[in-house]
Amino acid sequence: MSQLPPKFADWFASHGWDIHAHQQDLLNRSMDSATLLIAPTGGGKTLAGFLPTLTELADDPPTGLHTLYVSPLKALAADIKRNLQTPIDEMDLPIRVEDRTGDTSATQKKRQRADPPHILLTTPESLSLLLSYEDAPKIFASLQRVVVDEIHALTESKRGDQLMLCLSRLQSMSPNLRRVGLSATVEDPPALAQFLARNPDPCDIILADPGPEPDIKILHTEDPPPWSGAGAAYSVAAVLDLVKTANTTLIFINTRAQAELYFRAIWDANEDQLPIALHHGSLSREARDKVEAAMVKGSLRAVVCTGTLDLGIDWGDVDLVIQVGAPKNIKRLVQRIGRSNHRYNAPSRAVIVPSNRFEVIEAQAALEAVRDNDLDGEPRGKGPRDVLCQHILIRACAGPFDADTLYYEVIQSGPFCTLSRAEFDACLDFCATGGYALRAYDRWQRLLQNLAGLWQLRDPRATRAIRMNIGTIVDTETLKVKWRGRGGAPLGEIEESFAATLTQGDTFLIGGQVVQYEGLREMTVQVTKGRKAPKIAVFMGTKFATSTLLSTRVINLLNTGDWSALPTHTSDWLDTQNRISAMPKPGRMLVESYWRDETAYTCFYGFAGRNALQTLGLLLTRRMEDAGLNPIGFVATDYAVLIWGLEEITNPAALLSPDDLRNGLDGWLAGNAVMKRSFRNVATIAGLIEKNLPGKRKTGRQATFSSDILYDTLLKYDPDHLLMQITREEAMRGLVDFGRIEEMLTRIQGRIDHVKAPHVTPLSAPMLLEVGKIPIKGAAVEKVAAIQAAELMREAGL
Amino acid sequence: MFLFCAPMHGYSFTLKSANLTALSVGMLWWADRKLLCVSDLHLGKSERIARRGGSLLPPYENKDTLTRLAVAISALDPVTVICLGDSFDDLEALDALNDEDHQTLAVMMSGRRWIWIEGNHDAGPVNIGGTHLAEFETGPLHFRHIAIAGATGEVSGHYHPKSSVKLKAGTLSRPCFLLDENRVILPAFGSYTGGLKSTDPAFDPLFSEQTLAVLTGSQALPTPKPWAASSQTR
Repeated sequence: MSQLPPKFADWFASHGWDIHAHQQDLLNRSMDSATLLIAPTGGGKTLAGFLPTLTELADDPPTGLHTLYVSPLKALAADIKRNLQTPIDEMDLPIRVEDRTGDTSATQKKRQRADPPHILLTTPESLSLLLSYEDAPKIFASLQRVVVDEIHALTESKRGDQLMLCLSRLQSMSPNLRRVGLSATVEDPPALAQFLARNPDPCDIILADPGPEPDIKILHTEDPPPWSGAGAAYSVAAVLDLVKTANTTLIFINTRAQAELYFRAIWDANEDQLPIALHHGSLSREARDKVEAAMVKGSLRAVVCTGTLDLGIDWGDVDLVIQVGAPKNIKRLVQRIGRSNHRYNAPSRAVIVPSNRFEVIEAQAALEAVRDNDLDGEPRGKGPRDVLCQHILIRACAGPFDADTLYYEVIQSGPFCTLSRAEFDACLDFCATGGYALRAYDRWQRLLQNLAGLWQLRDPRATRAIRMNIGTIVDTETLKVKWRGRGGAPLGEIEESFAATLTQGDTFLIGGQVVQYEGLREMTVQVTKGRKAPKIAVFMGTKFATSTLLSTRVINLLNTGDWSALPTHTSDWLDTQNRISAMPKPGRMLVESYWRDETAYTCFYGFAGRNALQTLGLLLTRRMEDAGLNPIGFVATDYAVLIWGLEEITNPAALLSPDDLRNGLDGWLAGNAVMKRSFRNVATIAGLIEKNLPGKRKTGRQATFSSDILYDTLLKYDPDHLLMQITREEAMRGLVDFGRIEEMLTRIQGRIDHVKAPHVTPLSAPMLLEVGKIPIKGAAVEKVAAIQAAELMREAGL
Repeated sequence: MFLFCAPMHGYSFTLKSANLTALSVGMLWWADRKLLCVSDLHLGKSERIARRGGSLLPPYENKDTLTRLAVAISALDPVTVICLGDSFDDLEALDALNDEDHQTLAVMMSGRRWIWIEGNHDAGPVNIGGTHLAEFETGPLHFRHIAIAGATGEVSGHYHPKSSVKLKAGTLSRPCFLLDENRVILPAFGSYTGGLKSTDPAFDPLFSEQTLAVLTGSQALPTPKPWAASSQTR
């Protein structure tokens, strides 16, 4: 038991606080090589992480860096700096704290390298950049501790893999480095601990008191929710009433476009003029800063937001969280609920608002899962090799390196602990020569071995491009939106592909305002005030797929036979489905076929999430085309894919043959746009193509060409190239999500219930109303294009 | 529009008195003269980027570009081939061609007249046979790399024009020919080439209102040339 030094005990007492059990636990383990703390928001988690540092540095600390703090958000680093300064000032501790992020000035950064503070607060990308300098070993020689905040969020992307490689590098410079991870509630703490610790060091897990059970409900309105759609406009009045009962409400919406629409609908109904703001990733930095500042001041009653507020600054006054639309993922729902009531001992209050009839069922299943504390999460794959390629290049920037030493360092990181030497060598070869089957760059290798056998950059000028490209977040290409003829900050950003669909006079929503497209000028979208009803902005954002666990719970709920927890409109609907067709059963797949308007419809209830079912739709329709079943189109939701065509499907089992589906993935799907998008991300991270940097991006010049061309070239001439291997691995997750199709095939084992229904079935009916129907392209697109072109020619009188 | 021979679809038009065909594969064919014109091959591009310390792109673009060129030449058997400039990404890029590439090129060039027009990337003669010219004039047509405003009967390249049509399933964007009564600008033929949108103001002084954008691909698609929003008032 480490006694709290008197100075600290007095400080706690002066505030009338007791040290939390988990804070004491972390202090007791302060000499362990790795510790993971899992605590709800508001549990004094950050102070717990820093207490060992503050006590170690309390008396006459030596100069030099002692503790590195890494968080996923710049804003968090700045906020922690303010929060740490309070105890440091009040106890008069001789400790210097500084932050270092993309926003830090160049002079400040330079000074920090020469004279580092005791505690440095930073982000994974800024740390990578710091490690690319030759003087990195000097900066980090004195480092004792590293604190990784919100580590659960970092593990959800490649940023986590990159950070763990950086920690391995740090450990080589400072062998006694101790690691602490701070996390929100997760489903598999031991896996997270293994991710954090130096392999194979042990890592104790400290679980803080989770606090009281959350008070969570589903919103039931007089009018039932609509059959389909994700707008939830029906709920606006009820949600406004809820906002009035709380001090501050966070209203989470799943996508940016829906957030824009919902925000507008709320403002139209907001007769009391309650101060309500909008916050999402496509708004300008300035606009978001304004909202966050207003939030800190407590001058807002509600914020309509997306995942951008999943993490971040602790706003003490939030006492209600509303989730609009299906939660898709229980862990995220729990973490969002945790955003309410950061005062530790009060229960969090949350309301789920289903946006359509099926989401009523999903919301109920999610609510039960939260009560059972049943969290979801897909196991993390092996550390992605594109991230390793970037790490190797960054390592080369810092000076010549030995391949054996670097390999040993890399496999000490949790995500890469099973990386084989051959895999490592392939990544090194890619960095050095491009790794092509055709050896073409003997004279122009990027990395060379020097006389001592160490690897170094052939051209030292390459460091600049490598440093500019650091990071694993590959943004979609966006354009800034500005008022025409007026100065001022941009309103926000829209995707380039969306901008390309606009013509003068088109209107769209951004930042809650309707604007009219006037044209492009110097890569900015020029707009004026719009008066028409808006065309919706198609922001990219991520479309989350419903998790495996939640999908399973939905199937189980459909089969309980007890739907008393569901509103009558929903249970009646399910009763009708039972009468006309059947329920999707666990371990089986329900397939329904029926005719309507001389079109044959078939619905496959795959329960594999939107992305995987979209891929299944592509694969099935392709197979149908080959079999002469003339498919016309399909639509996929998180639960099912509905296909329509000219011929009836009589043998769905044959279409679902696992081998044929796998061949489809390797064969024609390889040419699909989603694969090309995955490739672009992989190629950017691995350093084959350069990130589009603001201010430095292509300006429509003919010199740059698209990464799709590189993908097509590799597919044709070098299909087993490292980056193609990585792209195929990525296809198991994310947009293609073939892993979920595999999981579905294993689950159903060919057990298919094929129902031939007399007409549209109740469960599939809402899908006919879904937007996002996908017409079958292939040869047809050229035909359509020719007709379209002919029409244009005629209209133009040419 | 007429079908040329199996894989080669084209859009026929008249420039001055010459009957020309914009082939869907991105080349210009003058059947009466058995003359084939192609622009902006940019051979050796990946080598040039690597040499300058940039990234190591897949080194297959020479093979790909030359193979596509060879397919067209064996199908059409032209008497004259004109490469409209920027055939090489720079003058040193010729070193990047391997033996196989040289062989392909030699076979294609033998038995026909071959003209290399100078481009901004490859100004000056290259050491691989054929005739090197700054510009070339024959009949009513004038071949040069970069279009000159006011010229007539002009065939040029340089800009890598591309254009798009809106379809229900999304926007289809392809390299294209731009043509009116005075000139035609060819799309870039090289595998590693990007494009300049047909709405770019750079094209404004060169083209009239009756300009067509002929999209390349599996068929040659003539469409009215779209104009930038700023020039929509014309």
